[in-house]
Amino acid sequence: MLRLYVTGSSPRAETAVANLRRICEQELRGQYELQIIDVLKEPQLAEDEKVLATPTLIKQLPPPLRRVIGDLSDTGKVLLGLEVRPTTATESDPKPEKP
Amino acid sequence: MSEQANHVGVQKLGTGIGSFDVIAKGGLPENRTTLLSGTAGSGKTVFAMQFLAAGIRDLNQNGVFVTFEESAADIRQNMRSFGWDLEAWERQSKLAFVDASPDPHVEIIESGSFDLGALLARVENAVRKVGAKRVSVDSLGAMFSQFSDQSIVRRELFRIASALKSMGVTALLTAERTEDYGPIARFGVEEFIADNVMVLRNVLDDEIRRRTIEILKFRGTDHQKGEFPFTIVQDGGLVVIPLSAIQLKQKSSDIRISSGNQELDQMCGGGFFRDSVILVSGATGTGKTLTVTQFLSGGAAVGERCLLLAFEESREQLFRNAIGWGVDFERMEREGTLRVLCDYPEVASLEDWLLTIQRTVEEFKPNRVALDSVSALERIGTMKAFREFVIGFTSFIKHQEIAGLFTSTTPSLMGGTSITEGHISTLTDSIILLRYVEMFGEMKRGITVLKMRGSIHDKRIREFNIDGKGMHLGRPFRNVTGILSGAPVHVSPADLERIWSQLDAEGRERHRDPAGADVGERHRGTADRRRST
Repeated sequence: MLRLYVTGSSPRAETAVANLRRICEQELRGQYELQIIDVLKEPQLAEDEKVLATPTLIKQLPPPLRRVIGDLSDTGKVLLGLEVRPTTATESDPKPEKP
Repeated sequence: MSEQANHVGVQKLGTGIGSFDVIAKGGLPENRTTLLSGTAGSGKTVFAMQFLAAGIRDLNQNGVFVTFEESAADIRQNMRSFGWDLEAWERQSKLAFVDASPDPHVEIIESGSFDLGALLARVENAVRKVGAKRVSVDSLGAMFSQFSDQSIVRRELFRIASALKSMGVTALLTAERTEDYGPIARFGVEEFIADNVMVLRNVLDDEIRRRTIEILKFRGTDHQKGEFPFTIVQDGGLVVIPLSAIQLKQKSSDIRISSGNQELDQMCGGGFFRDSVILVSGATGTGKTLTVTQFLSGGAAVGERCLLLAFEESREQLFRNAIGWGVDFERMEREGTLRVLCDYPEVASLEDWLLTIQRTVEEFKPNRVALDSVSALERIGTMKAFREFVIGFTSFIKHQEIAGLFTSTTPSLMGGTSITEGHISTLTDSIILLRYVEMFGEMKRGITVLKMRGSIHDKRIREFNIDGKGMHLGRPFRNVTGILSGAPVHVSPADLERIWSQLDAEGRERHRDPAGADVGERHRGTADRRRST
C-alpha cells in the first residue's frame, strides 16, 4: 500500500510517478496498490499525514511506516525505503528483511 | 524616504501585544513578512503565538500557526499558562495549526530532488480555512535540520515567504541565533527572506537576566530604534516596556497639592505640582520616610487615594513609625485612602516590578504614589535597567496625573549624592535634600529645595526638628556654608553680610526676566537630554 503525494503536474511530480511505477513494476511485480494524491487539490490529506515535501512516498503497509521524499530517481534508496531487497528479475520472494 | 511616502507605502497592523505597537509605531507592517530572531529561551514562540492570540481575542483577526519545532500538542499545553485557550479557538475555526514538527518515529529517506510544495499547500489551505489575517511560522531554523539538502530548504523558504505575501497575510517568522550579539540568524539567510527584522535578546548582564526587543529594520516604514526591555508575565504573555514612548506627551499641571507639611509647602512655593515627581534625598535617619508619611497623610486628609511602595522597611515598622509621628496608616487603609505594597525588592526583576506597580496603580487609581526607596531597587538591576525603570515609572505616573514622591538614600552621612540621584535627578521635577549638619558638637538636620521645576521656591537651607507630630522647620542656616558638600564651615557675620548683598543684587537681576521663558527653556533642555540618552 503506497501513497505518493505530489504537487499538481509539475515535471518533478511526473518524474516521481514514472520512477515509482517503473520500480514497482520491476520489483514488486504488481503486488502493490498505489494512490497518487495531488496536494494542491487535496491539501487536507497532506495535513492529515503531515506531509511537508513533495514528492513524498509513504509506505503504509506493511509496517513499519516509511517515507521517501524526492523524485525517486535513486532507485536503491527507494527500495531501502520500501524495505524491498534490490533483486534480480528472477527473485520471487520480495520479503522485507526483518531483524 | 519622505514622511508622506511612508504613509502611502506601508500600512501597519496593530498587533495588540502590550506596548509593542508603541515602539513599532503602530504595529507590524501589514501584508509583509517580519523575521523575529532570538537565542534559545528569548521568547520567540511566545511572541509568535501572542501575535495570533491578540489578533483572535481582541481584533477578530484569525490566525494560522505553522510549527516546525514543537508539536502542536506541546504548544497548546505550553500556552495555556498565558490564558490562551488554543483548543477553543481551533474549535471555533479562529486558529489553525500547521504541524510540521519532525516526527521521531518516522524515518525519512531522501531520494532525488524535492520541494516543500505540500507544506505550502497546507499553509494555504489553513489560511483559507480560517480566513486568516495573521500567520506565525516557528521556527525557520528547525526546517534546516529536517532535511539534509540545505540549498533546497533555502529556496523553498523563499518561496513560502513570497507566497505568504501574495496571500495577503501579515506573517511573523522566527529564527534562532546562537549569540545575543552576533549574526542575525544561524543559517545566514533567514533575514533575507523577510522585509522586516526584529531581535529578541535575553542577556545575562552582571548576573541579572534582561530581556529586550529591538526592531532592526522595517522596510519602507518607521519604528523606534534601540533595545526596549520586556518581560513575560504568566497571565498575558509578553509585555514591552516603552521608555521614550509616552515621555513627551505629558500634560503639565499647575494645580498644587500639599506635601502634608505646611512649612514645606511654603518652601516649595505653595506645594508640589499635581503631576510632578519629587525626589527626596538624604542619608539614613534624616527623615525621608517621615517626608513620605506626611505626603501620604496630607493626601488622605483631603480624601485622596495614596499608594505606598515600600522596599526598605517592613509593614509593621512603617505602621509603627507612622504612629510615632501621629499618622494612623491602619485607619487610612480601612478608609480606603491608603494601600501599601511592601516587599523585598529581590523577589522580582525591575521589569516585573514596573508591571506590578502599573497594574496596582491602574486598579487602585491613586492620586499619590510614594516609593521608599528608589535606591533599594537600584541593587536588583543593572544601571541601565534601573534607569529604564525610573523613566518608565515616572512617565507612567505623570501620564496618569499622579503625584510621585521617591526617596533616595545617600551613602555618606554628611553631604554627598548617590549614584541613584545622578541618574534620575533629571527625570524628577523637584528635588528636596535632607542633610545632617554638624554644628558645635551637635548633629542638626537641614532641608533645602534644590529644584522645583516651573516654580519659585525657597532656596535657603533650613534647620528642622522631628517630634511626635512630625517635621518642624526652623531657621535657615545663615552663618554656615558647605553643608551640601558635607563640610560645614561657619562664616563670620560680616563676611556673610557682604556675600548676601552681592547675591541679592544678582537675584533681583534674574527675577526681572519673565519667569515663563526661563521655565520653558529648562523644560526643553530636559527633554533634549532625555532623548539623547
